[in-house]
Parts: sequence; structure tokens; C-alpha cells
Amino acid sequence: MSAATLEVVDIHKRYGDHEVLKGVDLTARDGDVISIIGSSGSGKSTFLRCLNLLEQPSRGQICLRGEALRLAPDKHGELHAVDRRQLERMRARIGFVFQNFNLWPHMTILDNIILAPMLVGGLGRKAAVERAEALLYKVGLHDKRKVYPGNLSGGQMQRVAIARTLAMEPELILFDEPTSALDPELVNEVLGVMQGLAEEGRTMLIVTHEMRFARDVSTQVMFLHQGRVEEFGPPSRVFTTPESARCREFLASHL
Amino acid sequence: MSELIVMLSEWLQTLAGGAEPWTAYARYLPRILEGVGLTLELIVFSGVVGLVIALPIALMRITHNPWLWMPAYGYIFFFRGTPLLVQIFLVYYGLSQFEGLRDTGWLWTEVLSQPYWCAIIAFSLNTAAYSAELLRGAILAVPRGEIEAARSLGLPRATQYRKIILPRAFGIILPAYGNEVILMLKGSALASTITLLDLMGATRNVIARTYMNMEFFLLAGFLYLLMAAILIGLFRVAEHFINAHRRVPRRKAVGLKC
Repeated sequence: MSAATLEVVDIHKRYGDHEVLKGVDLTARDGDVISIIGSSGSGKSTFLRCLNLLEQPSRGQICLRGEALRLAPDKHGELHAVDRRQLERMRARIGFVFQNFNLWPHMTILDNIILAPMLVGGLGRKAAVERAEALLYKVGLHDKRKVYPGNLSGGQMQRVAIARTLAMEPELILFDEPTSALDPELVNEVLGVMQGLAEEGRTMLIVTHEMRFARDVSTQVMFLHQGRVEEFGPPSRVFTTPESARCREFLASHL
Repeated sequence: MSELIVMLSEWLQTLAGGAEPWTAYARYLPRILEGVGLTLELIVFSGVVGLVIALPIALMRITHNPWLWMPAYGYIFFFRGTPLLVQIFLVYYGLSQFEGLRDTGWLWTEVLSQPYWCAIIAFSLNTAAYSAELLRGAILAVPRGEIEAARSLGLPRATQYRKIILPRAFGIILPAYGNEVILMLKGSALASTITLLDLMGATRNVIARTYMNMEFFLLAGFLYLLMAAILIGLFRVAEHFINAHRRVPRRKAVGLKC
């Protein structure tokens, strides 16, 4: 069996005395779509942000296709990458979609998308533009390529953010509550794009509150509670016969 | 009080009726305009040099390394906390006390003993301190998420600065920086104290010949106002192009309802 796309072992995260993550393991294989659910404060977003070191874990290991990210603790006990280049290389291979889109407002949509492929991926301008235009077609925003992010709706911005991430051809995409900042009527256009990606066989980790989406699209569901994995399995099982009482309670109030 | 009004009206009559101020204006205008030229030269030169100095100072100021931020902090503290006039005198009169400097040959004869260069040095260092502080605030005001997006795509730190953080910071800084340039324009009148014939220097020079204080200080004030207006206009235009993304607001600003 080939190496897992992503393998993380025993991730801990502590803010002062408060331990947000108390040892989370996760293995994602090619084509896995893993939804991470749980109530607010359960550590879902923190966990996701630890995976590409937007947040510094206090302990743990992160392996991308068998390559371990070399980490060393600083004086506060937080893990930092030993080799910045290695971290940058790994980040380029792991996409990240934010709750607040985080497009760069001073650049047009097209420039937002081609920046990283040109400066990190080493693509020429022409190739980068071609790739960006294809992606904009795919997310249904080709006519907006010359527009600035400020002129788009939330749903459109999030679709651009997804295109920006896809432009790096990541082996794995992390979604941090991608629809939580959207008006209800805009949620579906983003979920539609994400469902399309799942159907293409992309490997995705999704922190979400959209239970229906988690149930219908994921291959695995992970339920986090107080920094621990309380339940993990295929949605057909997790959503119908969860073993953990807390997971049952959570689902009862969210379905 | 009534005496003052009589005086003022008499003076206005001479201004309107008598040919005297107009012939004086006509005669000395070239000299005054040369002063305008020098003033503009001083602020444009110092403004550019000041920005070039401000950038590294601002970057030093935001690091956590005390060997970097403390000198930057001290620099900003000194130049913002002392009068520009003191700084000009320190450079022009103060430096000549150091024998070592007087023996540097070209550097001394062509630069450090010349009032023109002393003014440029003092203005540049002064405006750099203010600009560095503006820039520091703007860099810290760039939304964190936008930087995280750059990090998550694997952009190296230098590229994050070059493509995201600094362009965003310059956009944020622009209106406040326009203000700083206006302040520098007015501060530049102090160059006249070290014998430079900038607008202020030329004006005083002309007044020494004509004794027409009111007429020529009014003219000088008007010309400063005109330069300020042009600079404000230029910054508007720059704002229009550099902050193009703000031209169509995402949401209409909600005004305070009283």
C-alpha cells in the first residue's frame, strides 16, 4: 500500500494552560474526503491550521506522502519548522481555503490566482494565466477575471479562493469552515464546487457545520470533542449509529 | 480698533489703486518663482530619500529582535521628538565642529558644508522618521488572514512582503502620507534659516529690498497654498490608481444616523 497522502500523529496544541488539542491522529489517503465536525471550541479549526503550521502545534508529527515535516520546539514549547524551505514546499502542496476567503484585495481575481503558481510553482505567466482561466471556468467566474475581490459576493469570493488554491495543484486541500461566513443563499454555490472536487477524487479535509454536506459527500467523518477524536468512521455509520454519546447529542442538535 | 480699520483700508487702497505692489511683484516674481522651484526640489528630493530610509527603519521597528528594533525606535523617537529647526542646525552648524569631518575632502566641501545638502539631509531624516512610523502602522494593519493566505500557498517571507504586505501597506498609508508631505512642504520654509533661497528665503530677500512685508508674505503664503493644493490633487490621483480596488466599495458605507 502506498504512503498515505497525509499522516498526522498525536497533535497537541496548548494555549498557556489551556490544552485545545489533546493528541489527535489522522490518516488521509488519496481520494479521501474527511469532514471534521464538532461544536465550537472543540479544536476543529485549530487542528486544521496546525496541519500546515499556520498554528504552531505543541507536539506531534506531520507526514506528507511519507515525508516528515522536521519540527523543533521554541522556548515557549511550540513546534516550528526546522527548515523553512521544507515548510514552504509542503505548504505549496497542501491547499488551504479560509472561512473569510482572504483574497488579496489589491489584485484582480486573475492576479490573485496566478501569483503563487508563478512565484512558487515556477510557472511562466502564459501558462499560469491559462491554468487560472480554466479554473475560473470551472468555478463559474470566468467573466470576473479582471475584477477586484471587493466587487464580488461572498460566495463568488470563496469560489475564487478555491480556484486560487487549486492553481497550485495541491495533493490535499484543507477547508476551514468554507461556508460559515456566507449568507445562507450563497452557501450552495460553494458547496456545489466542493462537491465537484470530491467527485474528481481530490483529497480533502473539511471543517464544516454543514451536516448534510458532510453526510452526503464525505468518505470519512471525524467528530472532535474537547480536543479529542470521539468518533471516526464512514458517514453512513457515524450519522446513524454513533458510538459516542456526545456525538449522538451533537448530531441530534445539528441535523 | 477704528484706527486699525483705517490703516487696513488705506493699505488695501494702495494695493488696488497704486501701481506699486504690482510693479514690485512683476519685478521680483522671477526670483520668487526660483524660490518655489527650490522648495519643490527640496521636498521631492527629501521625500524620495526619506521613503527609501523609512522602509528599512519600519521593517526593523516591527521585528522582535532588540538589536534591530531598538535603534529604529531611538531614531524615530529622536526625529519626531525634536524640532525640525534643531535638526537642521545640528546638521548645518553642528557637524562642522568635528574636525574629522572637515578633513574628509570631497564629502565635506561638496556636501556637508553646503546648505542645500544639509537641508536635504535634515528633511530626509526627519520625514523618514514620520514615514517609518506610518509604514509600521500600515504593515501591522494588513489583515492577518491575507498574510496567512500567502503563507498557506508556500510563498517565502520575502515574497510575502514584496507582493502582499508592502503593496497593501502603501495603499493603506497613502492618505496619511499625503498629509506628511504637506507638513514637509510647510516645514521646508525653515531651509531659509540656513541661507537657502527657497520660497521663504527668496521672499525675505525681496522684502529686505522693498520693505513690502505684507505684500510679499501674502504672495508667499498664496504660493505655499497653491503648492499644497497641487500636492493634495496629486495624492488624490495616486490614490485613484494605487487603491483602484477601493473605487467601487463592496458595501456602501453606513453613515452615522443622528
